[in-house]
Amino acid sequence: MKKITYAKAISEAIDEEMERDRNVILMGEDVGIKGGNFGQAVGLYKKYGEWRVKDTPISENSFVGLCLGAALTGLRPIVEIMYSDFLMLALDQIGNQAAKIRYMSGGQAKVPLTICTTIGMGRSTAAQHSQSLQALVCHIPGLKVVMPSSAAEAKGLLKTAIRDDNPVIFFEHRIEFNKTYEVPEGEYVIPFGVARILKKGKDITIVGTSNLALKALQAAEELTKEGINAEIIDPRTLVPLDRGTIIESVKKTGRLLIVDEGYERCGVAGEIAMSVLEDVFYHLNAPIERLTTANVPIPFSPALEFPLIPDEKKIYQRAKKMVRG
Amino acid sequence: MKNIKDYNLSKSQISEMYQGMLKIRYFENKVVELYSSGKMPGIAHLYIGEEAVAVGVCTNLTESDFATSTHRGHGHLIAQGADLKKMMAEVLGKETGYCKGKGGSMHIADFSKGILGANGIVGAGIPIATGSGYSAKIRGTDQVTVAFFGDAASNQGTFYESINMAAAWKLPVIYVCENNLYGISVDIRKVTNTKDIATRALAYDIPGIIVDGNDVLEVYRVTKEAVERARNKMGPTLIECKTYRWKGHHLGDPGIIYRSEEERKEWKERCPIKSFRERLLKENIFTRNEVVLFENKAKEMIEEALEFAINSSFPEKEEAYEDIFMN
Repeated sequence: MKKITYAKAISEAIDEEMERDRNVILMGEDVGIKGGNFGQAVGLYKKYGEWRVKDTPISENSFVGLCLGAALTGLRPIVEIMYSDFLMLALDQIGNQAAKIRYMSGGQAKVPLTICTTIGMGRSTAAQHSQSLQALVCHIPGLKVVMPSSAAEAKGLLKTAIRDDNPVIFFEHRIEFNKTYEVPEGEYVIPFGVARILKKGKDITIVGTSNLALKALQAAEELTKEGINAEIIDPRTLVPLDRGTIIESVKKTGRLLIVDEGYERCGVAGEIAMSVLEDVFYHLNAPIERLTTANVPIPFSPALEFPLIPDEKKIYQRAKKMVRG
Repeated sequence: MKNIKDYNLSKSQISEMYQGMLKIRYFENKVVELYSSGKMPGIAHLYIGEEAVAVGVCTNLTESDFATSTHRGHGHLIAQGADLKKMMAEVLGKETGYCKGKGGSMHIADFSKGILGANGIVGAGIPIATGSGYSAKIRGTDQVTVAFFGDAASNQGTFYESINMAAAWKLPVIYVCENNLYGISVDIRKVTNTKDIATRALAYDIPGIIVDGNDVLEVYRVTKEAVERARNKMGPTLIECKTYRWKGHHLGDPGIIYRSEEERKEWKERCPIKSFRERLLKENIFTRNEVVLFENKAKEMIEEALEFAINSSFPEKEEAYEDIFMN
C-alpha cells in the first residue's frame, strides 16, 4: 500500500490508461495547465501534450457532444464536468445523445465515453456548486453510474470506466480530493455491478453511496459500543446495481438504512429501497429508512448548510433508533 | 451559368448524382404513399426539394469520411450510398431495418458508411460532427466530417459552441446549413436579424459560403473546396445552401398556413431534379433514352426496397431490451 490523495489516485488512473491506450484523451475546463480544478489531472498536460489533454471553452453541452463524436469514431475520451450542477448544461448530449445512440442505431454505435464530475456539500459553495445529482442520470436508460467511496476505489473504478465501451458517469466527491488514503501499489481494476461489504454485521444493513459508505463505517464503530453490529455496504455502481448483495444482507439483518447525499425526492435512496423491497419484505423487522439531503436548494451559510449534510453522527443516531426503537 | 463539363466530373459521377437525387425523390414519394394509406407508423420529415444539397455534398465524400444527419435525414443516407431496403424497412419499423425498428425514419444511421446517426434534437449533431473531426485530427487521418443541419439549428447554442471549437482547433469539419427558410412554421427571417446564415462565419474567422442549394453542381463545387481545405488541415468551412422543402415540416403538416402559395410555387419551379435533367439533355451529357433508363432504374430500386420492407417481420417484443449497453 502507498499513501496518496484522492486527487492523485484519479490522476494515476487517467495517466495509466492514457499510457496503455493512445486513443484515451482527457478534455474539459481547466484540465490542462491547471491540472484540473481539483488537482485530479496534475502533470498530464505536460506528459501528453495539448491535444490529448485539452482545455476547452466554457461550452459544456458541445464539448460533451464533441467527446461523444470522438468516441463514436475511435477515441476513448474522458470528459470533465467541473460540478455535477453543470451536468444540466450538457443534459442533451448526455441524456438524448450519448445514452441513446447505440440503442437508436440498433446496436451499430459503440460509445466508450467517461464523464467525470463532482458532488458534495461542505464548502459553502451554495446552490449551484454543491449538488449531488446522481439521481438525474440514473433515471436515463443507457448510462452507467459510478460512485466511488475512497481513493483506492476511485482509481480502480475509473480505470474500469475508461475501458468500458458504454457512456459512464463517474461521480467524485469534492470533499475527498485533498484527503490522503491508502491505495494499492501496482495496477488493479474494480468491476462494475459488484458491491463491497466494508463491514460484516447482523443487526442492520447500512448502504452508503460515495464517501457516505466510509461515514457509515465510522458510525458503525460507534454503534458497536452500543452493542449494535451494523453491516456496511458500498454499492460502488448505481447502474448496474448489485441488488443481490443488498438483498442477502437485509435478509440476514432485517433492517435497511440507505444513505445518499442527493435530494430525497425521486432520489437514489428511494430507488434502492424500492428495488430490493419485494425481495426482503417478509424478512424486515423495521421499515426501510433513508438518510438524504432535504428537498431544499443548498444554502451558502455554514450555519444553514452543515445541518443538511448526512454525516456519521446522523447515520449513528438513525441506525440506533431503527434497531432500538 | 457554367457548363456541366466545367465541373470536371466523370460521366459515371454525373449519372450517380442524377440517380442519387432520383432515389431520394422516389423514396420519399413512396413514404408519402405509405403514410397516406396508414401503413407507416409515426411520422417522417421529408427532404423533397432539397435533394441537390445531400447529393452535391456527399459526392465529395468517401465511405471512410463521416457525416451527422438530422430529423430530415433520408437524403443524406441515400446520397452516402445507404441500403434502400434497410432504410425502407426501418421506416416501417421492421426487424430488418437499419436500427432493427428502434429508430424509425428520424434516426436511420449507417455507421459502415460514416453516418453517425440522424438526430431528433435540432442542432445536436453539430458537436458530434465536431468530435468526429477532433478524432480524425488526433488519429492523424485525412478523414473529413460533414455536419448537416437546418436553418433553425443555427440558432441553437451547439452551433456557436461547436464552430467556435472547430475554428480554434482547425478541425476538418464542413458545416452544411440547409436553409429551407422555416423551422416548422417559424420563418427564419422573423427570428434572425441577418439575411444570411453563412455571414456568421465571420465571427469565427472561417470561410462562409452561400450557394444555390438547388444546383447540385454548385453545391458539389463549393463542398469540394471545403473538403480540400479540411483535408489539408486548414480548418472548417460553413456552407449555407439556400433551398426549400416542398412539403410541410413533417408528414401530416400541409405546410400551407405559414407559407404563401406564390412562394411555394416559385420554389417548385426551381426543382433541383428537373433543372439538372434539362441541363443533362441540353448539354448532351446523356440522351433522353439514357435519362429515362436512370429514372426507371431508380423507381425499380424503390419498389424492390418496398417489397423487402413489407415482406419483413416486425421485431419480437424482447428486442426492446437489447442494444442498451455493449457487453
